[in-house]
Amino acid sequence: MRGFAAPGERGLPPPAGPGSLSLSLPLSPPQRIPPPRRLVVPPPLLTPPALRHTQDGGTAHPPDALPRESGRLSAANVTSGCCGAGKRLRPARRGAGTGTMSAAAAGGSSRSGTAGDWGGFEDNMQGGGSAVIDMENMDDTSGSSFEDMGEMHQRMKEEEEEEGEAGAAEEEDGEFLGMKGLRGQLGRQVADQMWQVGKRQATRAFSLYANIDILRPYFDVEPIQVRARLMESMIPVKMINFPQKIAGELYGPLMLVFTLVAILLHGMKTSDTIIREGTLMGTAIGTCFGYWLGVSSFIYFLAYLCNAQITMVQMLSLLGYGLFGHCITLFVTYNIHFHSLFYIFWLGVGGLSTLRMVAVLVSRTVGHTQRLILCGTLAALHMLFLLYLHFAYHKVVEGILDTLEGPNMPPFQRVARDIPVVSNAVLNTTAKAIALTL
Amino acid sequence: MAAAEGSGDGGPLFAGLADVSISGDIPVEGEITVPVGSRSPDEDYSTLDEPVKDTIMRDLKAVGKKFVHVMYPKKSSALLRDWDLWGPLVLCVSLALMLQGGSADSKDDGGPQFAEVFVIIWFGAVVITLNSKLLGGTISFFQSLCVLGYCIMPLTVAMLVCRLVLLAGSGTISFIIRLIVVVAMFGWSTLASTAFLADSQPPNRKGLVVYPIFLFYFVISWMILTFTPQ
Repeated sequence: MRGFAAPGERGLPPPAGPGSLSLSLPLSPPQRIPPPRRLVVPPPLLTPPALRHTQDGGTAHPPDALPRESGRLSAANVTSGCCGAGKRLRPARRGAGTGTMSAAAAGGSSRSGTAGDWGGFEDNMQGGGSAVIDMENMDDTSGSSFEDMGEMHQRMKEEEEEEGEAGAAEEEDGEFLGMKGLRGQLGRQVADQMWQVGKRQATRAFSLYANIDILRPYFDVEPIQVRARLMESMIPVKMINFPQKIAGELYGPLMLVFTLVAILLHGMKTSDTIIREGTLMGTAIGTCFGYWLGVSSFIYFLAYLCNAQITMVQMLSLLGYGLFGHCITLFVTYNIHFHSLFYIFWLGVGGLSTLRMVAVLVSRTVGHTQRLILCGTLAALHMLFLLYLHFAYHKVVEGILDTLEGPNMPPFQRVARDIPVVSNAVLNTTAKAIALTL
Repeated sequence: MAAAEGSGDGGPLFAGLADVSISGDIPVEGEITVPVGSRSPDEDYSTLDEPVKDTIMRDLKAVGKKFVHVMYPKKSSALLRDWDLWGPLVLCVSLALMLQGGSADSKDDGGPQFAEVFVIIWFGAVVITLNSKLLGGTISFFQSLCVLGYCIMPLTVAMLVCRLVLLAGSGTISFIIRLIVVVAMFGWSTLASTAFLADSQPPNRKGLVVYPIFLFYFVISWMILTFTPQ
C-alpha cells in the first residue's frame, strides 16, 4: 500500500515545480474541452445537436443507441454521421451511463464524477506532459487510435468529396493529371494524419514511461536526515513489539551502493584480481546492484509469505542502509590487510547492522516461525555477502594467518599490484605494531 | 514565514487576478515567444553557404572557450548556456585510448578497457544528472552532461602526465609523483564541476549533489592511478 499519492495523480493539475509552467485557467469554452480520456476532437465532428448533453436523466438516448454500439466501434459508424454518438456512447459501457454522454458538448459534463475522474485533459493542460501520470488512459489506447482512424476516414471522405468536385472542374485539362493531383493531395493528407496520430501516441507513451517524476518523492531528503539515518543503521532498536518506522527514501541506499562499488573496485585493483569474462567495473556494479535489488526482492517475497508489514521501497531502503556496515568494513580491511581484523569487523560492524535490520523486521512480523524464517534468511544473506566480498575480490596469495599469535607472527606475504612495497610495508608494520601493543 | 510574507506582499499586486474570469465565448489564444539571445545572429543569415572552415572554426572556438572556463572555474554561465558535447566526447575518447592496454594480463583485457572507461564516464554522468534533477535541480539534462564531461579535462591532463612519468620508469618516486598529480587534478575536477553545478540546486542540498560527483571523479582517478603499461 502506498502511503502517499504522487503529485499529479487523479487528474489534478501538476504542482508548479522548478522549470514547469502550469496555468490554471478555467476551461470554460465548450468547444475546447476534449472528451474525457480522448484526444481533441475538432468541432465539426462533435455530437450532432440531437445527441447533446444527456447528463441529467439521459435515459432516452443511451438505451436506444447502445444496441447499435454493442461492443464495437467501426469506421462505418463514423461515416454514417453519428460519429459523435458512437464515440460518446462507447464509454457508456463502462458502467457510468449518464455522465459520459455529453463530454464534448456541454462544458458542464466534464465536471461529472466519472468523466472528471478520468482526467483526460492532458492535451489542454499546460505542462501536462511532465508530471501527470494518466494511468487511466492507458487501457484505452487501443480504441482511441481506432477512433482516430475513424475520424481520419471521415475527414478523408469529406476531403475526397471536395476534391472530387475540384477534380471534376479540372478534368478538361487532362484527367490523368487531375487524378494524380487528387491522389497526391489525398496521400499527403493521409500521411499527415498518420503522422499526427503516431506523434500523439508516442508523446503519450514517452511522458508516461520516461517520467522521472515518479521517483521524485523518494529523493526528497536533507543531508541531516541522511546522516541521521546512516548513524541509526548501526544501532539496533530495542523495542520490537511495536512496528518500527522505516523511511522510504532511495537516495541514501543508492549512494551507499555506489560507494560500495567504488570500494570494491579499489579492492579488486589492489589485489590483482583478473576477470576473464567481462570487466572489473561491470563485475563490481553487477555484484552490488544485484545484491541490493535481488536480495531486497527475495526478502520482500518472503515477507509477503510471512505476513510482514513492509513495502518494497521500505525493504530497498532498509537493505541499502544496511550496506553502510559493509562499506565501513571493506574500506578498512582492504587497506589494512590483517585477517583477524577483518573477522572482528565482520562480527562487530556487520553484526550490528544485521541486528538492526533484523530487529526492524521482527517488529513488523507476527508469529515466531515467521520471524525466524525471515530474520534468519536476512541475517545469513547479509553476513555471507560480506564474507564473500572480502574473500572473492580480495585474493590473498599465500602465507596468511588468521589468528593473533603474539610477537612471533611471521610477516605477511602478499602480491600487490601496483602499490609499491614501501607503502604496503608501512601499513603492515603499523598494523602489526598496533596488534603487538594490544 | 518568508512564503507567507511574500504572498502577503503580493496580495495588493495580484488581487485583481482573483476575480478574472474568462467568459465562454472568448477564445483564449496567443503566442509566447522566448527571446533566445545567443542564437539570433545565426538566424539572421543562413550558415549553409559559408565555407566549411568557418563552420569548423566557430565550433572549435566554442569548445576552446569552454576548456578555458574549466581551467579557471569562475561562476560564469557560458558553459551552461551553450552546451555542446564535442568536448566531452573528445576527452572521453582520448582518456579511454590512453587507458587502454594497462592491465595485468594484456592478452584478453585490452579490448574491454576502452568500452569500460567509455561506459563508466557516460553512465556515471547520466546517473549524476538524474540524481541532481531528482533532488530538485534546475539544470537541464544535457547542460549537466556537458559540464561533467568538460570537467574531466584535468584528469585527462593527469593521465598524460602519468604516462610520461611512467615512460621514465615505475619506481617509488614515480608513484609519488603520480599520486600527487592525480590527487591534485581530482580535486580540481571536483571543484570545477561543483562551481558550475551547485548553483542550480537548492542551497541546503548542495552536499547531496556533490557527493556523487566526488565518487565519479574518484573512480576515474583510481583508474588513472592504477594504470600500468605493458
